[in-house]
Amino acid sequence: MSGVRVLVGTRKGAFILSSDVRRKKWDVSSPHFPGWEIYHLKGSPADPDRLYASQSTGWFGQQIQRSNDGGQNWEPVGNEFTYDGVPGTHQWYDGTQHPWEFKRVWYLEPALDDPDTVYAGVEDAALFRSQDGGQTWQELPGLRSAKGHLWSPGAGGMCLHTILLDPTDSRRIFTAISAAGAFRSDDGGETWKPINKGLKSDWELPDPEADVGHCVHNIAMHPTRPGVLFMQKHWDVMRSDDAGDHWVEVSGNLPSDFGFPIAVHAHEPETIYVVPIKSDSEHYPPEGKLRVYRSRTGGNEWEALTNGLPQENCFVNIYRSAMAVDQHDPCGIYFGTTGGQVYASPDAGDHWTAIVHDLPAVLSVEVQTLP
Amino acid sequence: MIRVILPTHLWRLAGTQREVQVDVEDPATLEAVLDELEARYPMLRGTIRDHTTKKRRDFVRFFLCGEDWSLEPADTPLPEAITTGAEPLRIIGALAGG
Repeated sequence: MSGVRVLVGTRKGAFILSSDVRRKKWDVSSPHFPGWEIYHLKGSPADPDRLYASQSTGWFGQQIQRSNDGGQNWEPVGNEFTYDGVPGTHQWYDGTQHPWEFKRVWYLEPALDDPDTVYAGVEDAALFRSQDGGQTWQELPGLRSAKGHLWSPGAGGMCLHTILLDPTDSRRIFTAISAAGAFRSDDGGETWKPINKGLKSDWELPDPEADVGHCVHNIAMHPTRPGVLFMQKHWDVMRSDDAGDHWVEVSGNLPSDFGFPIAVHAHEPETIYVVPIKSDSEHYPPEGKLRVYRSRTGGNEWEALTNGLPQENCFVNIYRSAMAVDQHDPCGIYFGTTGGQVYASPDAGDHWTAIVHDLPAVLSVEVQTLP
Repeated sequence: MIRVILPTHLWRLAGTQREVQVDVEDPATLEAVLDELEARYPMLRGTIRDHTTKKRRDFVRFFLCGEDWSLEPADTPLPEAITTGAEPLRIIGALAGG
């Protein structure tokens, strides 16, 4: 069936929302893994019926679930994430050193060309890879060698929350960590370097332009231009035209440049989306108006998208992994809120509808475009 | 035969009923029961105790014959009422959270 599958991770389970290409009528699945926190679920680009889900609770720890039929049936696979060698320590909130401890998987990124290869970004921050469909996991420890002892947790924990694979160069991987910054590997994940030049964290760091320590919230790229990156930092929206070697601010006329997710239009590499949030101490939209902002110029010039979104008394948040686009034409864009709504626009943001209203708080949204 | 009662999340995860039965060699201990449980249901590894250290997870407790065994050494022989199946070994998830 040609259409769209929206994969929604929530505080109390996963939901799969399905529609045909018109994206008007939606089927909502029963909750998968009811009662568990589903930080992320994502499909394999190489096999859309292969899905992976991160399932966890504070009681019983981490599970990874795998589906081979588009999410109708699931099986638990490997859940052992052991840091390579002696884990060592990182910086704690008070500046002391603190042992590295695995807590949960925040993000799963299946490889572009192999359904059995999948990357996992975890808290405390590290990158793991499985090459057997999630049965076993091995850390890529070179990442933590990139000044890991200076990384410190953000308010949400020291999480590796973003993994981007370069479709034109299988050796190039980008990751982002709160609150450490952005990192790039050019050798398949063996060695890494911080890519944070140009980021300024005046309120968060003793040295506002330090190599590491920046609270990067999310990074996005367009697959046809993997050297151009867009970033929503704690404060500031940034872009890089050289694969992260240098960043410039493109916040422009946004009502607030604090926020969590950032996304790129499927067919227009210079069209990007953010959802401004009032501040780091008030995690809801400015003025109680839920507005997606779109820039058609790769930043700096932004327009508010409001049609169909609540414009009064709205005080939800949108988490960093909770916005995604489909590949149809016109491009569809989707985001989920802490109030349990998933909003969709089938026309690149011009008109919005809540395709589901009352889910548990949404942690992540991913979209599969089905052939 | 030892009867083990699992918390809801774990028996659903393992695809079992609330109560499962395991056989372990004498002298039966909590450690032996958990080893057997994890061997039969690999998805339970890491959910009750740490993969490597075998330390009980913070929000998990063990109750036997109405007594809290959570802090007992894992190699303590289990009471006869447990080893004969007269009483179940209860694995409990803490009442906490939202």
